[in-house]
Amino acid sequence: MPAFTPELLAVGALVLPALAAAALPLCRRVPNVREAITLTAGGGLALLVWTLAPLVIAGARPEVAFGRLLPGIELGLKVEPLGMLFGLVAGSLWIVNSVYSIGYMRANGEPRQTTYYVCFAVAISATMGVAFAANLVTLFLFYEALTLSTYPLVTHARTPAAMASGRRYLGVLLGTSMVLFLPAIALTYTLAGRQDFVPGGILAGTAGAGVLGALLALYVFGIGKVAVMPFHVWLPAAMVAPTPVSALLHAVAVVKAGVFTLLKVVVAIFGLGALSGGVTSGWLLYVAATTVLLASAIALAQDNLKRRLAYSTISQLSYVALAAALFTPVAAEGAALHIACHAVAKITLFFAAGSIYTASHKTEVSQLDGIGRRMPWTMSAFAIGALGMIGLPPAAGFLSKWFMLQAGMQGRQWTAVAVIVVSTALNAAYFLPIVYRAFFVPEREPAADAGGHRPHPGHGEAPWPMVVALTTTAALTVVLFFRPDVPLALARQILEP
Amino acid sequence: MTAIQPHLPILIVLLPLAAALVSAFFRRGAGAWALAMGVSALLPWMAGTMLWTVVRSGEPLSYALGGWAPPWGIEYRVDVLNAFVLTLVTAVGAVIMPYARRSVAREVHEHQQAWFYTMYLLCLTGLLGIAVTGDAFNAFVFLEISSLSTYVLIALGRDRRAVLSSFQYLIMGTIGATFYVIGIGLLYLVTGTLNMADLGARLGPAYATYPRPVLTALAFVVVGVCLKLALFPLHVWLPGAYASAPSVATTFLAGTATKVALYLLVRLLFTVFGIGITFRALPMTAVLLVLAVAGMVLASFSAAMQRDAKRLLAYSSVAQIGYVTFGIGLANANGLTGGLVHLANHAVIKTTLFLALGAVYYRIGSVRLEHLAGIGRVMPWTMATFVVGGLGLIGVPGTAGFISKWYLALGAIDAGLWPLAFVLVITSFLAVVYVGRVVEVAYFHEPSGPARDATDPPWSMLVSMLAAAGATIYFGFDTRATAEVAGMAARLLLGGRE
Repeated sequence: MPAFTPELLAVGALVLPALAAAALPLCRRVPNVREAITLTAGGGLALLVWTLAPLVIAGARPEVAFGRLLPGIELGLKVEPLGMLFGLVAGSLWIVNSVYSIGYMRANGEPRQTTYYVCFAVAISATMGVAFAANLVTLFLFYEALTLSTYPLVTHARTPAAMASGRRYLGVLLGTSMVLFLPAIALTYTLAGRQDFVPGGILAGTAGAGVLGALLALYVFGIGKVAVMPFHVWLPAAMVAPTPVSALLHAVAVVKAGVFTLLKVVVAIFGLGALSGGVTSGWLLYVAATTVLLASAIALAQDNLKRRLAYSTISQLSYVALAAALFTPVAAEGAALHIACHAVAKITLFFAAGSIYTASHKTEVSQLDGIGRRMPWTMSAFAIGALGMIGLPPAAGFLSKWFMLQAGMQGRQWTAVAVIVVSTALNAAYFLPIVYRAFFVPEREPAADAGGHRPHPGHGEAPWPMVVALTTTAALTVVLFFRPDVPLALARQILEP
Repeated sequence: MTAIQPHLPILIVLLPLAAALVSAFFRRGAGAWALAMGVSALLPWMAGTMLWTVVRSGEPLSYALGGWAPPWGIEYRVDVLNAFVLTLVTAVGAVIMPYARRSVAREVHEHQQAWFYTMYLLCLTGLLGIAVTGDAFNAFVFLEISSLSTYVLIALGRDRRAVLSSFQYLIMGTIGATFYVIGIGLLYLVTGTLNMADLGARLGPAYATYPRPVLTALAFVVVGVCLKLALFPLHVWLPGAYASAPSVATTFLAGTATKVALYLLVRLLFTVFGIGITFRALPMTAVLLVLAVAGMVLASFSAAMQRDAKRLLAYSSVAQIGYVTFGIGLANANGLTGGLVHLANHAVIKTTLFLALGAVYYRIGSVRLEHLAGIGRVMPWTMATFVVGGLGLIGVPGTAGFISKWYLALGAIDAGLWPLAFVLVITSFLAVVYVGRVVEVAYFHEPSGPARDATDPPWSMLVSMLAAAGATIYFGFDTRATAEVAGMAARLLLGGRE
């Protein structure tokens, strides 16, 4: 296909979901056509990113200039391996998630479905923009667009609880980005006189270690989507959204946009050399380690399944921050790989949670006794996802953890190694009991809840689109373990110019 | 065209003035509106032509009134800064005029509608006059023309509190004008000239001889002008005036009147007194920054407390005026560019927001928050423009507000005022709180009362609203007409000093 240049593919990845968002309201009266548009766009986007990825691995670095925003500030795209990896993950999972969404939204009779699909498509477009942004200001533009486009999704239920969660969501994400992230970008621009991403960084030698350390702090806490404590509170709040939103956006697109941005800032704004070994940047390791352990401990205490998954996400995100904090090439590769590995496993877990809710209206871990017999597909997928979280073969999570451990040992960062080991044990402690309950504890007679509602008595599996989606992602989790070629090739290249 | 081009500086004032005189003879609103509409549509071309000319040539246009050579006669002098402000004011006027017909017909008594347009045209005359003149006393005359017509515009509001608000503004405005003229008198005393450029050249030597009168004059004119532009704590007249004036008047005043007063402040501080006196001999940087920051913080908190959406936006305006003053006070290239570009960006954003509220008032007769429940569901386009304006106010990238914030933050960093850069971004976060309150009420609550049957306003109003909202986004991406022109003006004011 000579007509599709890499540049066109990169722009297409943003334009395609945006076009879908524009077309969807026109078909709001015909749900089947509306869903067909979402699926077509999702399929198209997956095709697009999978066409682009081999080109990027082969050395293509397509650049697209949108034009000058201000003197010295250009808006534009540049696809490099790390962005490609993130774009590949988000772009391939949208179609799977859309299949799931259709099953979920229809089975639960959700209102305002057109708004839902429109915001979803806009969020995906913004995600691709974050992935492919050529510089900090472009990235910031799409970063904020992602926050704003997901706000209507978080508050989809329009209930007082949704409104309160929406406040927290917007408050933390907009607050951190505006109060810390934006000044960080402005300071970077003032120091370096530029703001584009360059492998090896642009800040080396522009300021003392103290200033760079402070700047790093602005980035780490300013990129609120990384959910480093104490700015993690938006993520559990976002769980009030419909489950497909939690699955793709709050386990993949939004949070990965955060860790991706952090990783990108570390490798392409600071440069690993500018930070490694510095006293002023060593603290990041401890901040990340604290979040990893604390979030795991909190997850252990959650009975609500989605909240447990949310705290698990917080902990897994800080793995990436932890790896980034080692400031070594191997650690950066592991961090990049973790973006992909965690994504497929976590989306599977959320799909399973939504599937359980749709079929049985159960939301708490303690209600899940024996559910594996009623929903074998769902709970098997859940088990694979759990393996991915813990980092056991044959799930993909093993790979990224392996890289991170290797990096920790090579650098003799025993704190990091210990944190990874301990948190792996914690992961096992909060995921394996769920799997055990589901398959080995006999089902109890359901008790009526406070509202007098009995959980569905004789339910089976969730609607087939949901089962198809979660089986696919579970399969991907395993496939990625055996055939990690593409993500690995991309991760290997992230430090190369 | 070429024949009248040299006369544009005077025509841009004469045209609305003549139209105001004609308009006073109309008995019905429709005719007066048509006249005002025609004039408003013509003026941006005149201002735009002047802007284009001065940007291209880099030389100011000078027009000697009555053929009397300056500095003896009155000079109208258009450089990049004037042309920028003239374009802004005329553009705001042109955008809101299509909207005005229906909105004014709803909010102003039938027999007063022609008066409304007359006063609008007079106010426009005054504002354009301030922006175009190169004579300090002539600026005072136009200041009074715009103020007097503004008092009437505010008093035309249906609400009986409009009269009280108007009276309050009259008292404050008169004090401001008196202060200004006292200051100008002192300057005339020590220099013997009223021409701004001439004053600028003579004040340096005069300051060496008579430092005290010059500083006293500076104090008087700054306080006088700051009353007009509603710098905290001289802002008390503004919320009442904005809240009770007819929607179109509020929109027009928010988009233009304070902006022109801010222009006058910049002109006086940088051209007349010059950086040497303003910022070196006196701690003006500290004075302006302290007041600006206090205004940004306190007015933003006040805005978050309001129950009336128009009053909420009025307090937000006081805060935004703080941003512009902040940029002026920094007096470096990035800061001043940020201040000047925020003049234009805030005008666009506030116009968008007030137009949206005016449309709500047009439909349900109130903009109190409790009456706005569910309005986003029944008036989707209207509230969509409000959300766009709100995002602009917050300074989300992709909107005009981001551009201003970016320059102001860079300016604060350049000046080494780190903590202030954070104050700036924190107060802009407060905008999330007060915009968010309106958005939550509009989208999360069930519509009740008159809001249940409301629909989007007629297309004549929607056109203006969409144009303003479109501009909020457009100027977030294409900044050639805003940031680059403001940058040129800033460099000019700083005298090539970076």
